[in-house]
Amino acid sequence: MQTELKVPTMAELSAAGQKPEVLFWVGCAGSFDDRAKKITKAFVKILNKAKVSFAVLGTEESCTGDPAKRAGNEFLFQMQAVTNIEVMNAYEIKKVVTACPHCFNTLKNEYPELGGNYEVVHHTQFLKQLLDEGKITMEGGQFKGKRITFHDPCYLGRANNVYEAPRELIRKLDAELVEMKNCKKKGLCCGAGGAQMFKEPENGNKDINIERTEQAIETKPDIIAAGCPFCNTMMTDGVKNKEKEGSVAVLDIAEMIASAEDL
Amino acid sequence: MTYLPNIIFAVLLLCGIGFFIKNISRLRRNINLGKDVDVTDNKAIRFKNMARIALGQSKMVVRPIAGFLHVIVYVGFIIINIEVLEIIIDGLLGTHRIFASLGGFYDVLIGSFEILAFLVIVAVVVFWIRRNIIRLKRFMKPEMTGWPKTDGNLILYIELVLMFLFLTMNAADYQLQSMGAEHYTQAGSFPISQYLATLFEGMSESSLVLVERTAWWLHIVGILCFLNYLYYSKHLHILLAFPNTYYGNLEAKGKFKNNKAVTQEVKLMMDPSADPYAAPAEGAAVPEKFGASDVTDLSWVQLLNAYTCTECGRCTSECPANQTGKLLSPRKIMMDTRDRLEEVGKNIDKNKGQFVADGKQLLGDYITNEELWACTSCNACVEACPVSIDPLSIIMDMRQYLVMEQSSAPSDLNNMMGNIENNGAPWPFNQMDRLNWKQEL
Repeated sequence: MQTELKVPTMAELSAAGQKPEVLFWVGCAGSFDDRAKKITKAFVKILNKAKVSFAVLGTEESCTGDPAKRAGNEFLFQMQAVTNIEVMNAYEIKKVVTACPHCFNTLKNEYPELGGNYEVVHHTQFLKQLLDEGKITMEGGQFKGKRITFHDPCYLGRANNVYEAPRELIRKLDAELVEMKNCKKKGLCCGAGGAQMFKEPENGNKDINIERTEQAIETKPDIIAAGCPFCNTMMTDGVKNKEKEGSVAVLDIAEMIASAEDL
Repeated sequence: MTYLPNIIFAVLLLCGIGFFIKNISRLRRNINLGKDVDVTDNKAIRFKNMARIALGQSKMVVRPIAGFLHVIVYVGFIIINIEVLEIIIDGLLGTHRIFASLGGFYDVLIGSFEILAFLVIVAVVVFWIRRNIIRLKRFMKPEMTGWPKTDGNLILYIELVLMFLFLTMNAADYQLQSMGAEHYTQAGSFPISQYLATLFEGMSESSLVLVERTAWWLHIVGILCFLNYLYYSKHLHILLAFPNTYYGNLEAKGKFKNNKAVTQEVKLMMDPSADPYAAPAEGAAVPEKFGASDVTDLSWVQLLNAYTCTECGRCTSECPANQTGKLLSPRKIMMDTRDRLEEVGKNIDKNKGQFVADGKQLLGDYITNEELWACTSCNACVEACPVSIDPLSIIMDMRQYLVMEQSSAPSDLNNMMGNIENNGAPWPFNQMDRLNWKQEL
């Protein structure tokens, strides 16, 4: 069953004189990357199912500037930030949810000084809240008893101390949560942060995503759970490199919840 | 003539403390070469952090073996310093064991100093084995050759010698006390040195006094030397860990500071009423350099970080780039910053308080572009540091210089930034296509 996604834009709602409760910040990966678009759609399905009042900026959204800032281009970052803030403030946005920890971190921590003050939550936190409020129910179903290991995204975990929301969601799927040897505060980066996603790695003896994937595979998981589109890409590549794509899936938590709910 | 030892002692003490003050003022001068930052906020939280992280060693014990051994040496260092107070008073006044009048409490004090001294010896030996026999990986990195390696071992040797001198002094004292020697009042308990004392059995009183006095003098002179060794050593952390944890970052680790100078520029660009051709005001300051290429572009807190680093390498061992064989080592970033700062400081000393350009800088002469571009900004190094050092902020400041002053980003990154500039995404997709995913099922 595939009903059409309801994805209102801020412009549409504004024209109709409405204001959503929350802005879903899709992010560049969520908008353009084929793998990440699936996460976006899964998250929207849940939002639709839970009848959340939300909207996206659509064509009015632009990169938060995170990769530019981490690459050293402060000017480009601030130009992006100020432009985005102008758009968001014009719509009087109060709350933002995003499935990308990089957008999450930048919007939450670096926009306020530049005039953008919003309550920013990561989609795992938002989903946890929906669950607590009874707006979504989660029956383990296909995930029951599956071994799932969660890869902490640096910009969600160490950068913002969010460790529990994604883990609680996994537990709610009746899955067996197994931890890698480096987890939570000591989580190992997937290798994509700090604008590394967009360049070749420096010379070394291994790629970081391979190192991290090896740690994940050591836990003998059925699924590697991710909460970041970039980590997802890096881990998926790692699993392919290890020729494990037949037995280990890399899934975003939103995708797991959406398929558990049979959305 | 009877006052000669007192005078010699006073002179040695004054020299020791005088040099130390000179070192500290040099240290302050160098740290203040950094840019000013306001860290006067949240005093209560800062004190709490200092108490928890530096005094309470909370992050040391994340690694249980090294942490436990370190706590022993740390507690030993603090507690045994009470004994130094007695030694100083005795030395100045010509008394012997002046606190002996404390009676039973004095016995407890001396007894616990001895046990701690013994534990310190055990810990120091294990530390030495870890560095030289087991050769833990983080002590074997390329930046840990030459002086840093020697420094690490020297500290252990000095601590070992000081502890042995302390115990020898007590052992001889114990022996003299039991012989009823004049001047050696019955005081203290000697749970450890009594075993050493058996070595002295049968020695004459005068030889014992010679042993006791020699150990006593070498012990205090050794401490004064060690105090002045700090400035030249990674061991400076025993002092600077306290201010460094106090001034440590209180924000979320993911929050990187926004460059205020850039904010001004951006505001001007976004302001429709700003005159794009306006000439700068008469006498306006030269526009600030973006980012950091030398130590003087860093903040004084970052420079304090560099002096605080004790080269334990926990940052480097947690660094994903370093783990996968890249050149980047966060510890080296801190060591390079300190080395360059020292070089700048010496330059200023040599040139009567003025820095004379030496054609060198932190970027290029110490830290290479390759190291800087290998960072994933994952904050693992920041999390790992037991004394709140932030190597990542230096890496980011230097990247900012590379990109904004030198336009020397790797070409892939230039493409990425070009895309953001042109179409609002790091990839070459049209901003007008941002919602196309909605239609794709």
